[in-house]
Amino acid sequence: MSNIAVTDAAAPSTAAKPFLTRLGTGFVNRLVIIVPYLWLLFFFLIPFVIVFKISLSQTAIAMPPYTPVLDFRDGISGFFAGFRDLNFDNYVWLTQDALYFKAYITSVVIAAISTVLTLIVGYPIAYGMARAPATIRPTLLMLVILPFWTSFLIRVYAWIGILKPEGLLNQLLLSLHIINQPLVILNTYTAIFIGIVYSYLPFMVLPLYSSLEKMDYSLIEAAKDLGCPPTSAFWKITFPLSLPGVIAGALLVFIPAVGEFVIPDLLGGSQTLMIGKTLWNEFFANRDWPVSSAVAVILLLLLTVPIMFFQQAQAKAQEQGK
Amino acid sequence: MIRKALWLSATSVFLALLTPAGHAEDRVVNVFNWSDYIDSSIIDDFTKKTGIKVVYDTFDSNEILETKLLAGGSGYDVVVPSGNFLARQIQAGVFQKLDKSKLPNLSNMWDTVSERTAKYDPGNEYSVNYMWGTVGIGYNIKKVQAALGTDKIDSWDTFFNPQSLAKLKDCGVYVLDSPSDILPATLKYLGLDPNSTAPDDIAKAEEALLKIRPYIRKFHSSEYINALANGDICLAVGWSGDVFQARNRAVEAKQGVEIGYSVPKEGAQMWFDQMAIPADAPHVAEALEFINYMMTPEVIAKSSNYVLYANGNKASQQFVDKALLDDPSVYPDAATLEKLYTVQPYDPKTQRIVTRSWTKVVTGQ
Repeated sequence: MSNIAVTDAAAPSTAAKPFLTRLGTGFVNRLVIIVPYLWLLFFFLIPFVIVFKISLSQTAIAMPPYTPVLDFRDGISGFFAGFRDLNFDNYVWLTQDALYFKAYITSVVIAAISTVLTLIVGYPIAYGMARAPATIRPTLLMLVILPFWTSFLIRVYAWIGILKPEGLLNQLLLSLHIINQPLVILNTYTAIFIGIVYSYLPFMVLPLYSSLEKMDYSLIEAAKDLGCPPTSAFWKITFPLSLPGVIAGALLVFIPAVGEFVIPDLLGGSQTLMIGKTLWNEFFANRDWPVSSAVAVILLLLLTVPIMFFQQAQAKAQEQGK
Repeated sequence: MIRKALWLSATSVFLALLTPAGHAEDRVVNVFNWSDYIDSSIIDDFTKKTGIKVVYDTFDSNEILETKLLAGGSGYDVVVPSGNFLARQIQAGVFQKLDKSKLPNLSNMWDTVSERTAKYDPGNEYSVNYMWGTVGIGYNIKKVQAALGTDKIDSWDTFFNPQSLAKLKDCGVYVLDSPSDILPATLKYLGLDPNSTAPDDIAKAEEALLKIRPYIRKFHSSEYINALANGDICLAVGWSGDVFQARNRAVEAKQGVEIGYSVPKEGAQMWFDQMAIPADAPHVAEALEFINYMMTPEVIAKSSNYVLYANGNKASQQFVDKALLDDPSVYPDAATLEKLYTVQPYDPKTQRIVTRSWTKVVTGQ
């Protein structure tokens, strides 16, 4: 399916097509497939190997601030001699202080709660969009994407103005006599959840929308005709059919939320211990590139598991698409 | 090796973007300084006078600057780290010694400052002072008056005494998220050596900070400027110049917020931002010319008048606004100067203990 689309893009002119067919589309296909692999090699695998290598090194007061630096200054033998100084001490270090474990757990819990909240907020939006008249759907879709036109940082800063004790929200609630004391929201976990749900909502709504839009609504009508109440029709038909969208959306929110640094820093209180901040501390405050690399490698492993689920879900979705 | 190659290519792309159309005779200097830290007309004047184009770029934390410098090939010619960071960076081989024959304006410098900066940079071989200041207490005068019954803070006791800080809890207390600034102040308050690296002393400071932790709303190194100016908080332990910025913003906003700044009588930390040239700087001659220009009395005075920090240039003081020069929170009198202390960078082992201890204070973990 995707291969065909890519080949079309690679050979847009009809005149070229016979030539390509003669040459064999297999060759072109292979050539085209190589591009994403090269991309992954240069922008994922090689950087990862570098980070992994640093995580096996030790800190030093030097440029760069770790040792050994594997280079060819002392020839090839010097390059290989450096390998003897690599070890797993930094990973052992991570197990010795409960701090890191707690930070990983807190991050995963915060990300999980945020994901559920985003799903609860995003589902009705996506559902409403999918059921809206086809003529206004592009407009609604545009509205979901619109916030991306403003800097992410500015939008998070705006929440400070809304949530602070003398902020817009408290002023409104006080003037309506709903509350007598300003609510303390800024610098709490609540503010972090609000920030994450707000920032990542489009990532949840878009995949949900695309799976809900494809749904055949005559199924619901059939259910209705057969006497199924709307609530159970939703849980028995709509929700299961939208599951690939739910999983895709949940992973798109969960994975970046685990490593989130900016939102907890601006909206959360200082007591928030997330892995992003711990990593920052190791890298910038302790200048310990090796330990921070080890933290990053573990974080990556932690996230690989949900990504594998994501790929499985996608494979399933594609099968259903056929 | 690959990393190096990548860095080199990244840097060359960066520099190619900076140098317009590659005229070999175009003279350029790439300056990397703190944000909001210069009167931009100074840069224009420098270009007019020397024909050297200034590419001026800014950062907002020592850590960001340090990371760029340690990675190497930053492409900058003049950078402005703070003293304790500078000391460690010199040790790591980040900087080159200054050719003092190219810096005739060094004779304008103020020995009171130079003696202290020599603790970070022995003999001031690698750096020249740009601005300096203190770590003290910024506060909302009216709110503090309402909470404590006095509109003047002059002691660390207001902050470190749990009974006193408890009264300020509700109107809001912010503290720098920077152990190298707050820990020495805590040690000083406890009557210990602010530069102590003894684990026992650090533990004592941690204990003192944990006692006041419940009354601190947030640890953050920049948010307090706006928070003070908007009247969201009533006290912040912060850098002098940031508090003055908050004071000015409050005056501009005309919301009736008045900000005061105090250098506590027990003594406060003095910090220095130092101009230095990276070892791999591409335009050393231009960098030296820039640094020398910044030591011209009229020029650095203009910068002080704009950013409201004291500078380390004695000859410039006749050109500094009288109000600024007479403000004891900017240019402290001799007696206060005597009590100001400097802090040395921590060795890696102590740094780890300090960061861990700080994490415990900040997060409770």
